[in-house]
Amino acid sequence: MSLFDKFAPLSNLRSDLLEHGILPFGVVTEKILSPTEGIVDGRRTILAGTNNYLGLTFAPECVEAARKALSEEGTGTTGSRMANGTYGAHAALERELAEFFDREHALVFTTGFLATMGMVSTLAGRGDVLLIDADSHASIYDGCRLSGAEVIRFRHNDPKDLDKRLGRLGDRSGNTLVVAEGLYSMLGDQAPLQEIVDVKDKHGAILLLDEAHSMGVFGDRGRGLAEAAEVEDRVDFVVGTFSKSLGSVGGFCVSNHPELELVRMAARSYIFTASPTPSVVASTRAALKMISDHPELRDRLWDNSRQLYDTLARAGFQLGPQPGPVVAVFVDDPKRAVSWWHRLLEQGVYVNLVIPPATPSTSCLLRCSISAAHTREQVDRISEAFVSLLPKRQAAGSAV
Amino acid sequence: MATYEECLKIVRDVLGDQLEPGKTADEKDALVADLGMGSLQMLELVVEIEDLLDISLPLNQLPEIQTVEDFARMLESVSAGSSQ
Repeated sequence: MSLFDKFAPLSNLRSDLLEHGILPFGVVTEKILSPTEGIVDGRRTILAGTNNYLGLTFAPECVEAARKALSEEGTGTTGSRMANGTYGAHAALERELAEFFDREHALVFTTGFLATMGMVSTLAGRGDVLLIDADSHASIYDGCRLSGAEVIRFRHNDPKDLDKRLGRLGDRSGNTLVVAEGLYSMLGDQAPLQEIVDVKDKHGAILLLDEAHSMGVFGDRGRGLAEAAEVEDRVDFVVGTFSKSLGSVGGFCVSNHPELELVRMAARSYIFTASPTPSVVASTRAALKMISDHPELRDRLWDNSRQLYDTLARAGFQLGPQPGPVVAVFVDDPKRAVSWWHRLLEQGVYVNLVIPPATPSTSCLLRCSISAAHTREQVDRISEAFVSLLPKRQAAGSAV
Repeated sequence: MATYEECLKIVRDVLGDQLEPGKTADEKDALVADLGMGSLQMLELVVEIEDLLDISLPLNQLPEIQTVEDFARMLESVSAGSSQ
């Protein structure tokens, strides 16, 4: 019996995957060329698994803002937001986020993971209930563990099941935090938000919505799925990340509840970690402005997303339920999934390989995330690479 | 409120629908080691039984369920709490 025995299954999996050559988890981009291209395994590769939805990582406005902040404010803050790590720019970013979301209060965290985990674990405590979607992100599950609250799952995207479970709680629904995501990152399916807010209001619960993958993607102003579903005023807390549509790293929470200001003094993931660096804050502020100033980025993202989804659906691939910037291709056989992932990479296309239990079913996924910065030709090349995986007679029809 | 025997019968019945034909679940069987339940199967099992008894099982307590007996005892305890 050894401390390391628990790693045996992972070790076996790693060995199996290495037999095929490059390890799919932790691929090294040897040189990054643009938001959509890099050198991987010595080959020029289209990046179709980066969550860089608006393609802002190389936007001149963002790069210049970061460069200026780096020169003027240094490489890091070396301190927590609670101590010496709050600069004028952190406070300005919080004001701008509050304004962007039309909310009273905003809090900036160092990563999106820390934002979600910190908010979930701080808002709910011993004696409270966390009612979370079964397909929630790991940061939500980890927040649940840290909270000390009673944790109950409701069926994924199922407001009726949520209603039933809130009903079972009786008077306790008043101190229940319901947690859902706007766009689910693995399959790219959207929450039925209108129904979810109806149910949580009926029972007097509080709702925290994670818009990590939906901010910048949905809504006329890019505020996320709550904006698109016209329920923003009924969502109590919105959390999100800077590391997807905003092209940097960091996380946030916005709310009209004044208690959000008190979370600053209670959330361990806010207090006990260094604040985002000045260059990160500066590029995030520039990117936030770009989301507002350039709605055409969203149009381009959706055009590209529909193009890929429709082409792969026509080719007979089994896909996630809705078109959108996450296009998930189901592959039942894990060996085939690994083989296909390598064949895509050999053709210069990088996507994410996802295997159970990280997937919401027993299938593996070849998960693509599309960017506004992908060109039509790049989207065509991604589609062609996928279609080339199918036996010729199958390419015209049947599901994988 | 359901008795232990009633809870045990529910667990065995629902498990019976999920196991391979001809295989039965005994009280002392371990869900993973003896019955080969995977994590997704466990999730389905929990959800189905929650619906049957009209209860919600706290996620924090699920790791404590190792055997059919553990499951039945937890159901007995939770259903007693929910009927108070």
